[in-house]
Amino acid sequence: MTDTPLLQYTLRLADTALVLGHRLSEWVGHSPVIEEDLAFGNMGLDLIGQARSLYSYAGEIEGKGRDEDALAYLRDAPEYRNILLVEQPNGDFAATMLRQLLYAAFAHPYFEALARSKDAMLAAIAAKSVKEMAYHLRHSAEWIIRLGDGTEESHRRAQESLDELWPYTAEMFETDQVEPALIEAGVAIDAASLRATWDKTLDHVLSEATLERPRDGYMQSGGRIGHHSEHLGHILSELQFLQRAYPGATW
Amino acid sequence: MATTSADPTLRERAWAAAASVCDPEIPVLGIADLGVLRDIRIENGVVEAIITPTYSGCPAMNMIALEIEVALENAGFARPKVTTVLSPAWTTDWMTEAGKAKLREYGIAPPAAKAGRRALFGEDKVACPHCGSADTTRISEFGSTACKALWRCKACAEPFDYFKCI
Repeated sequence: MTDTPLLQYTLRLADTALVLGHRLSEWVGHSPVIEEDLAFGNMGLDLIGQARSLYSYAGEIEGKGRDEDALAYLRDAPEYRNILLVEQPNGDFAATMLRQLLYAAFAHPYFEALARSKDAMLAAIAAKSVKEMAYHLRHSAEWIIRLGDGTEESHRRAQESLDELWPYTAEMFETDQVEPALIEAGVAIDAASLRATWDKTLDHVLSEATLERPRDGYMQSGGRIGHHSEHLGHILSELQFLQRAYPGATW
Repeated sequence: MATTSADPTLRERAWAAAASVCDPEIPVLGIADLGVLRDIRIENGVVEAIITPTYSGCPAMNMIALEIEVALENAGFARPKVTTVLSPAWTTDWMTEAGKAKLREYGIAPPAAKAGRRALFGEDKVACPHCGSADTTRISEFGSTACKALWRCKACAEPFDYFKCI
């Protein structure tokens, strides 16, 4: 792979948004109440919309004629560059909301910073996304407080989900050889610089929710270089089925 | 705009035609009132409408683009173009006062405050579009479309949509 750093960087953002958007869409029709069905549908739509803009831009950067659909539907799991957190199974309602909180508490300050990128297109996409992620953060935080500080059962489930998802949180703040030149040029964001903001948001919500912040132990990463859990293949088999079975199908 | 035609009446006619297109989800609200129609440019006789999405994933954008093309064609502009731009990002601050009044009449509470961090994280104060009471409560952060939340009035007991501030 000889993808330029800007292409790799953009695809990481796009894949993360698409995979999380797809995960949320899996709830539609299965949520505990209709309001949350609508909420998951809307949040998923925001993320898939962000992914579409990012894929279109990635296709332009690549310059090989691949459009948003080709990038979303015709790349296999090892070519996907999303972080591992977003491909984790939905689990129960608490697990999905916790995953959303962990990501939104990161994505909101991330896009706020990226909106000042020297890359005009990334800045434009980020400026739209930051408004959307603010609502995802507020919504998921409210639910986690309600669940954590709720019944014994909801508290236990929320804490278990938090413990299970925690090892996937460090990957959000990593950088590798793709970013430094882009960060230097004012194009990309140094995710590590957002750690303190994320910690503060998380600590506030978790303390309101009476949940215990897990200790950092073994942290799992690899999604950003294409090393995924088995879950991504299952997501893609559903997401890409139609274009694989009927190449070029439109409606 | 450097590319805008010197003929202001032509541009005005094209603007009026494009502005007649309504949001398919909120049929009382024109796309100019909504702030989605940003500009009309005319170059070599070809009209180009510039639009911006309310939300990244707004599914109404394709339909709006198609309807603008039809409206411009019907107004006598051959082969019009519709271009989507993301920057500057759409904000409810662009909604016109006329647009807000139409929303209220339709039963949707218009965005209550200036967009920004305080509006996003603070509790909104929303007046019921049916009876005007300020005694309202939020049922759900997300409503029937991305741009709306679900509220209920405690005075008249009616549920209503609230157009979120962003």
